[in-house]
Amino acid sequence: MAATTTPSAPLLSRRISTYLYQRPKLVLALLLGPPLIWLGVVYLGSLVALMIQSFYRLDSFTGQVVPELNLQNYAQMLSQAHVGIMARTSIMAAVVTLFSIVIAFPLAYYMARYASPRTKSWLYLAVLVPLWSSYLVRVFAWKLILAKEGVFTWFVDLLGLGGALDRVLAVPVIGGTSLSVSNLGMFLVFVYVWLPYMILPIQAALERVPKSLLEASADLGARPGSTFRKVILPLVLPGVVAGSIFTFSLTLGDFVVPYVIGDSSPFVGLAVYAYQGTSGNIPLAATLTVFPMVVMIIYLSIARKLGAFEAL
Amino acid sequence: MSIAATPAIRLAGVSRYFGEVKAIDQIDLEIADGEFFSMLGPSGSGKTTCLRLIAGFDRPTRGRVFIHGADVTVLPPYEREVNTVFQDYALFPHMTVGDNIAYGLMIKKVPKAERQKRVAGMLELVQLPGMEPRKPSQLSGGQRQRVALARALINHPRVLLLDEPLGALDLKLRQAMQIELKAIQRRVGITFIYVTHDQEEALTMSDRLAVFSQGHIEQIGSPAEVYEHPATPFAAGFVGVSNLVSGTMAQAITGSSETFSIRPEKIHMQEPQQPVPTDRYSVQGRIRDVVYLGMHTRYLVELDGGGDLTVIQQNLNTTSMDVLAAKGRVVKLVWQREHVRRIVKG
Repeated sequence: MAATTTPSAPLLSRRISTYLYQRPKLVLALLLGPPLIWLGVVYLGSLVALMIQSFYRLDSFTGQVVPELNLQNYAQMLSQAHVGIMARTSIMAAVVTLFSIVIAFPLAYYMARYASPRTKSWLYLAVLVPLWSSYLVRVFAWKLILAKEGVFTWFVDLLGLGGALDRVLAVPVIGGTSLSVSNLGMFLVFVYVWLPYMILPIQAALERVPKSLLEASADLGARPGSTFRKVILPLVLPGVVAGSIFTFSLTLGDFVVPYVIGDSSPFVGLAVYAYQGTSGNIPLAATLTVFPMVVMIIYLSIARKLGAFEAL
Repeated sequence: MSIAATPAIRLAGVSRYFGEVKAIDQIDLEIADGEFFSMLGPSGSGKTTCLRLIAGFDRPTRGRVFIHGADVTVLPPYEREVNTVFQDYALFPHMTVGDNIAYGLMIKKVPKAERQKRVAGMLELVQLPGMEPRKPSQLSGGQRQRVALARALINHPRVLLLDEPLGALDLKLRQAMQIELKAIQRRVGITFIYVTHDQEEALTMSDRLAVFSQGHIEQIGSPAEVYEHPATPFAAGFVGVSNLVSGTMAQAITGSSETFSIRPEKIHMQEPQQPVPTDRYSVQGRIRDVVYLGMHTRYLVELDGGGDLTVIQQNLNTTSMDVLAAKGRVVKLVWQREHVRRIVKG
């Protein structure tokens, strides 16, 4: 063959893609580099900085942070006031989580098993739309709803249950002068703001359970209750654990809801806010932040022991 | 089978509609105790819906379902003495093989020691001894299929329902499992109802089979009956390969315009000038296509009068070279009159 035309020089973009195609490791490095830098430096780095700070101390005379490692702050954690704060916060987080599971499960089950695609997208919207508005605005809205002259009290009175509400509010610890300044009110608002984070993982886990497994269970003689305990619950447990990590840790660290709704008894978030802001004691604030992390680590290892992640 | 005995399964005027769609329409069916009965049909023909109505996963829009004489139409699955082997096996992924098989016994609160003994016996039966501690995810497709079978059989159901249980297996394994399933059925002696779209599977294993099409039953009979005497054009076309000849072509060959079917393997191919015996039908055509299939060869013959016939010839004395060279040749197709099946248009 005499005069075959030589192929014109390939375009630059083509040469680049060929170059990358032959070097998959380079592509991987380019793709993973930015997120790893973000995660490693910005995220883990600041966490390490926080941990180190928790071992510093504040010079009470000068008000300056003294960068010397010591366990003074951790010793302070054992004081009655701090133990009270941590216990109060943990109990609230646990109760909020349990109640969220109880009310999220039926809705998630309906969405995953029975709802038509149309109904399902409406329910998704209903669950997600509250997350589109400011969390702060919603919490303040709840303060008005739950206030003594608010719409909730008005509605309860309309049902003729005003007396019952007063009796509930008279109970020490959970009650208060009105719902908006009680632990009960705080609990209601916490459940409201974190519920979507419980519904979505449970719903996703339920969707992954094939219908044939439920049919097989019934076919082998199991009534719906047994099928729920022996098949559905074990398979959905990872979703429940995922949801409870959200509700539990968000409640542990939150300061807006206790600040706006509560009876001003301190929670971990509030205490952290007060230490780092008002008193400028950043080391003590950092030490208090370590507490939710430790609780979550313990919680996850228990969940793992119970086999929550075996069905993943 | 005797008519006097109570059938294992009886469907009386059963219909199931999904909105406008008639998944099954007015089905009457009796399946005898101990029978290996197949429901054969293409996807969407209603065979699986029928099985689900028997299992209790679904309720009929109209009609009644009887299991051993008892009306179970509205009973939930856990109240019925039938067990199912699912198409996707539906093994519980969070349980071991042993726990999967013991599930039904555990629900019935059978003591643990007896459960373990019976599970071991079942694994023996399905040839997977000692597999109790494995997880389903560690098993191959064929092994999962056996576990699903063991999990159903351990409950001693009066009727076992199988929904395309071999569909996901490769050909060799499927053929081995067909023989094994049949052997297990003979050993345990219970009624098997087997849903499949594979006509070969249905012909190999069944005592009787029902051919489903568009929500109704086209024909019920033994494999030989359905194969040799298809009642409708659909049955003729779906069970085995069949040539349907109608109209003027049928008139030209047999002297009657009635539609008839002729199986490709019954047709003999010969040189055009060779004489035809008087007790045979014959027609002339040209070979348009040749597919060499190893054991035999499939020819597509274009008839001189229009239309075509599929012919299958054993490769007794021919080589692949011979058969492939036959393309384009003019041949005479000859078959015995008794092999022609008249078909009443359904």
